[in-house]
Amino acid sequence: MSGNLIDHRLKVKENVNVAFSAETLEKVHMLIKRYPEGRQKSALLPVLHIAQEELGGYLSVDVMDYVASLLDIQPIEVYEVATFYSMFFLEKVGKYVFEVCHTGPCAICGGEEIIEYLKKKLEINIGETTPDGMFTLRTVECLGACGYAPVMQVNTDFHEFLTPQKIDDLLEDLRNKANEEKPESSKWVGKFF
Amino acid sequence: MGRKILLEKADIPGIRSYDVYRHHGGYSYVEKALKEMNPSTILREVTRSGLRGRGGAGFPTGLKWSFLDRKTFKPRYLVCNADESEPGTFKDRYLMEYIPHLLIEGLIISSFALGVRTCYIYVRGEFKNLIGILQKAINEAYEHGFLGENILETGCPIDIIVHPGGGAYICGEETALLESLEGKRGNPRIKPPFPAYKGLYGCPTLVNNVETLAAVGPIIHMGGESYAAIGKGKSTGTKLISACGNIKNPGVYEIELGLPVEDFIYSEDYCGGIKNGKRMKAVVPGGSSVPILPAELILRTANGEKRLMTYESMEEGGFDSGTMLGSGGFIVYDEDACIVRNTLNFTRFYHHESCGQCSPCREGTGWMEKILHRIEHGKGKMSDIDLLYSIAGKIEGNTICPLGDAAAWPVASAIRHFRNEFEYHVEYPEKIKNINHGSLIQHPASSIQYR
Repeated sequence: MSGNLIDHRLKVKENVNVAFSAETLEKVHMLIKRYPEGRQKSALLPVLHIAQEELGGYLSVDVMDYVASLLDIQPIEVYEVATFYSMFFLEKVGKYVFEVCHTGPCAICGGEEIIEYLKKKLEINIGETTPDGMFTLRTVECLGACGYAPVMQVNTDFHEFLTPQKIDDLLEDLRNKANEEKPESSKWVGKFF
Repeated sequence: MGRKILLEKADIPGIRSYDVYRHHGGYSYVEKALKEMNPSTILREVTRSGLRGRGGAGFPTGLKWSFLDRKTFKPRYLVCNADESEPGTFKDRYLMEYIPHLLIEGLIISSFALGVRTCYIYVRGEFKNLIGILQKAINEAYEHGFLGENILETGCPIDIIVHPGGGAYICGEETALLESLEGKRGNPRIKPPFPAYKGLYGCPTLVNNVETLAAVGPIIHMGGESYAAIGKGKSTGTKLISACGNIKNPGVYEIELGLPVEDFIYSEDYCGGIKNGKRMKAVVPGGSSVPILPAELILRTANGEKRLMTYESMEEGGFDSGTMLGSGGFIVYDEDACIVRNTLNFTRFYHHESCGQCSPCREGTGWMEKILHRIEHGKGKMSDIDLLYSIAGKIEGNTICPLGDAAAWPVASAIRHFRNEFEYHVEYPEKIKNINHGSLIQHPASSIQYR
């Protein structure tokens, strides 16, 4: 109905080696230690956010199995969580994921028109990725920024009071800096310390 | 404008940093609480203040605190609910973004009062940048001896841990939040046992909203009775209202409870009236879950009295002609809004966010969405309207958590107050083809506020 069907099916395990860098791994272990002994599973959501960002932009079965091994839990415990929460992607997405809010307050303030504009501009439908692998378009439910409607997130950065002009500028900006490395401070792993 | 308590210092440049916050008297609340007071006197002041849960339910905070099991030898936990996801609500985000140390002060005082060693802030995952802001503020508090093993040399140890969600509205429900914090799917738990006895890791746990906990510091500073003197009746103190929709000045406002709704909507100090010279059609005053009211009923109760921004006045008239203050997510609709389209939108939201545990909610929200979709797209039948109303009634009260009620109320209230719009959709399917068809619908003159 929502035009944004989320594929909950797990993909095939490819048996590729995935691992955090030594630096990230150290921080992940520090995160796990914040929770009481024997409750290391509590670190699952923060570690999944880090894993999604650092290990390919989505949670492949290999990545989820790796996270399970880090937390000493069963892989199924990771799968059931990854399929429940809407921020986790189970298949490859574009470098920039456009998540446009389409809930009530945004919808009455032009959110629906923004979605149509993005579809036209990117020449893709909701749930699809541009052929160059740059942009994925999704609709999401309330982002908690209703006073700044219409709103969207691009890889968890908020963009508010959207207009077609702002979207044009943003697209140009993102295309220009597509090859730049993301600063450590704006990554998930940097937010927890 | 009324008195500001939470946002009093929010406009000071750089107040987000410890140094500026401290320079403007920050952390004096913690100093007073830990050095001059004890847990029972803090609890007494919070109870006297009449503070009520600001997340939506409005349950008296002092009473909730008193339920926490103090007899067990297990550790006790305090969890700050920062999973703000109710459509229309963006007040906690504002508070944490602009004045994070106020929340941290509240957490320290509350933890001290409740005998809590470890305190979690559960922030919705989409607020990634906010997580960084909070973590930085926490780091500063550790550096200056306000967190850690021995706070202010009093021997009191408190730690605060920021925890991200993963994008699930249901995790704002306190037991779902605890499940999520344990690294599981956010399926709400059956109550009892209540979290006050069996919460996080099976230990006594208290879950409070960001705004509630942020108010604890100022209450300790001014005294419970002075706080209770602000407001009206059992709605004491100030409340953050996040206003959005078709108004001139959307944003977060701190109001003294008791402000007339009309003043809030039309005063230049607050919403500033309706945008683009339009008239007001309807308001959802407490986040998407609370009943929608037409203009005439939000401004005046069915008895003709001015409706006020208080828990009691909003509820005046029950579900027939009243609504709820809820989380303070104040959504205003102008005359061009289509209520059917909006109801479909909210129902799609609840269908998407239902955790799937209880059949009435999982199936009922889906059926309501299908039927509303049919009506909104010109394929509805007259009998669909009563069918919708009856499904809403069958979800309400029949689920483990209040998401079922939250999904049912918007639908039931929209039909109750705007039945003519539903009928119009069924009668004139050709006229509603354009998505901006809301302005075509004829209303009884009284239900649109001329201004």
